[in-house]
Amino acid sequence: MTTAQQTAATTRSVSDTRRVRRRGRIGQTLIYLSLVIASLVVLLPLSVVFLTSLKTSKEASDGGALSLPGNWLNFSNYATAFSDGAMLTAFGNTAFILLFSISGTVIIGSMTAYAIDRFHFRAKKLVMGLFLIATLVPGVTTQVATFQVVNSFGLFDTRWAPILLYMGTDIVSIYVFLQFIRGIPVSLDEAARLDGANSFTIYRKIIFPLLKPAIATVVIIKGITVYNDFYIPFLYMPSQELGTVSTALFRFKGPFGAHWENISAGAVLVIIPTLVLFLFLQRYIYNGFAQGATK
Amino acid sequence: MTKTTEVASVKTHRAVTSRRRTKASGTSHPQGRRTWGQLLRRATPWLFLAAPLVLLITFTYVPVGNMIYYSFTDWDGISPDRNFTGADNYVQIFTRPELFRVFFVSFYYLAASVAQIAIALYFATVLSFDLRFRNLFKGLLFFPYLINGVAIGFVFLYFFQDGGTLDSVLSWVGVDTDHAWLGDPESANTSLAGVSVWRFTGLNFVLFLGAIQSIPGELYEAAQLDGATRWQQFRHIIAPSIRPVLSLSIILAISGSLAVFEIPYIMTGGATGTSTFVIQTVKLAFQFNKTGLASAAAVVLLLIILLITWIQRRLVPDEKVDLV
Repeated sequence: MTTAQQTAATTRSVSDTRRVRRRGRIGQTLIYLSLVIASLVVLLPLSVVFLTSLKTSKEASDGGALSLPGNWLNFSNYATAFSDGAMLTAFGNTAFILLFSISGTVIIGSMTAYAIDRFHFRAKKLVMGLFLIATLVPGVTTQVATFQVVNSFGLFDTRWAPILLYMGTDIVSIYVFLQFIRGIPVSLDEAARLDGANSFTIYRKIIFPLLKPAIATVVIIKGITVYNDFYIPFLYMPSQELGTVSTALFRFKGPFGAHWENISAGAVLVIIPTLVLFLFLQRYIYNGFAQGATK
Repeated sequence: MTKTTEVASVKTHRAVTSRRRTKASGTSHPQGRRTWGQLLRRATPWLFLAAPLVLLITFTYVPVGNMIYYSFTDWDGISPDRNFTGADNYVQIFTRPELFRVFFVSFYYLAASVAQIAIALYFATVLSFDLRFRNLFKGLLFFPYLINGVAIGFVFLYFFQDGGTLDSVLSWVGVDTDHAWLGDPESANTSLAGVSVWRFTGLNFVLFLGAIQSIPGELYEAAQLDGATRWQQFRHIIAPSIRPVLSLSIILAISGSLAVFEIPYIMTGGATGTSTFVIQTVKLAFQFNKTGLASAAAVVLLLIILLITWIQRRLVPDEKVDLV
C-alpha cells in the first residue's frame, strides 16, 4: 500500500468515525430526552398531588394546580385524613389482613410445592391440572358466585373473607415455590430420612428454612398486591370500621367532595409506604414481579 | 424430578411380589405388610395438600360451578326460590344492546395496551444499554405499577379536572382549553385508557428488560464488530429473544382489557359511557340483584378469556408451562 493510499484511507475512516460519533451523540441526546419526558410524565401527576396535599383549603380551590403551597410544612390535611378519614383504622385493618394472608400464603404455597415436587402419588397430574386451570380463571369474573360461598360461611363483612380469598386463590406463589424447591438437592431429604426424620420434620426443618429467598419474593409480591387490592375489600367489607387502605381512601370521595387538599393528603399517605418499601427493596421487587408475572 | 419415597420403599421391599404397579417407577409395590407407617406414607402428600386443595376448590371451583348454574336461573341472590330459565340470560346479553355495548369500551383499553407494550419495549431496549442514571430511570418507569389503584384514581381525577394538572400544563405551553376531559364518552374513555398506560407500562418494561438482559453480552459485541447498527441489533438479537415474554404480555393485555375494573370504577363509577364489562356485572349482581344475569355475563367473559388463552397456547406452544 502506498503512503498516499494509506493517508486517504485513514482520513476516510477518521471522518467516518466522526460522523458516526456525531450521529451517536444526537441519538444519545434524543434517548435522554425521551427518558426525561417519560420521567416527567410519571412524576408530574404525583408531585402535583403532593403539592396540593400541603395547601390550605383556600389555596387549593383558588390557586392553579401547579402553584406552590404557601407553607411547606402545613400538615393539617394529613391530620384531617387521619382523624376524619379513618386512615389509622384502615392501616390497622390492612396490617391485620396482610399478616394473616401472607403467612397463610407462604405456608400453603410451600406445602403445596413440597407435596407436588417431592412425592409421587396417583392423582398428581390431576392436582396439578386443578392448580393450572385455576390460573386461567380470572378472579374478577367469578366474584358473583364467590360472594355467595363467602356469605354462606357467614364471613361476609369480616376481615376473614379477604384473608381466606387471598390465601386460597394464590397460584403464583405456588409456582414461585415450586421453581425454587426443585433447586434444593434431594440428597438433603434423603440424609434426613436416614436419620429418622419424617416428612413433616423434613419440610419444617430442611425445606422451609432453605426456601427463604422464595419466601422473600412471595412476601413482597403478595404484600404489595394485597395492600393495593381494592376489589375484594370493597365487595366483602362494606362496614365503615372495616375499611382497608384502599377502601378507606375510596370513601374520601364522598365527605371531602371537592376538598382536593384532603383527598391528596389521603392519596399521599397511601403511596408513601409503597415508596419507602420500593426504595429499600428495589432489586427484590423487580425480580419478584418479573418472576410472578411470567410464572 | 425426585422419587424419594418411591425409591425408598421399592428398595426395602424389592423381594415382595405384588399386583400393584406404580406409574412413576414402573416397579412393583409391596402388597403385604400394610403397616400404619406405610399408610401414613401414602397419605403424606395428601396431608400437605389438604388445606391448599380445600381452599382452591372452595374459592375457585365451587364458585365457577355455581356461577354456571346461576346463569341458567333468574335468581336475585337473596330469595330462597329461583326459577330455571334456560338460556334466557345469555339471549339477553347478546340481544340487549345496552348490555352488549360495554364490550366496545374494551377496544380503548386494547389500543392502550398496544401503546403500552410499544413504549415498554422502547424503554427496555434503550435502558438495556449502558446509560447514566440508568437505575433512576428504571425505578421511575416502574414505580407507577406499585401504586395503589385508588390513589392512582384520585391522582388522575385531579389531573383531568377542570383547571387541574393537565389544563395547567397545557396553558403553560400556550394551549388554552376548557375541554372537560372526562365529560364525553370518547374523551373520557381515552383519558382512562391513558391512565391505564401510565399505570401498567412499568410491569411490561421490567419484564422486557429482564428478558433483554439475559442475552449474553458477547452477542452484542460480535454484532458490533460486524458493524451492526442499534436497529439491526434490536431486530436480530433482542427481538427474537424476548418473543416469549412479548407473547405473554399480549395475552395479558387482551384479557386485561376485557376485565378492566378499578380505574374506571374509581374515577367515573362507570358514568358517561365508561362502564366496562366487569363494572356492569358487579352492578347487575350487587346493585340490581340480578345474580342470574350477572352470572351469565361472567360466564361469557370467562369463556372469552379461556378462548384467548387457548389460542395463545396453540400459537406459542413452547410457552412456560413447565409445571413439572
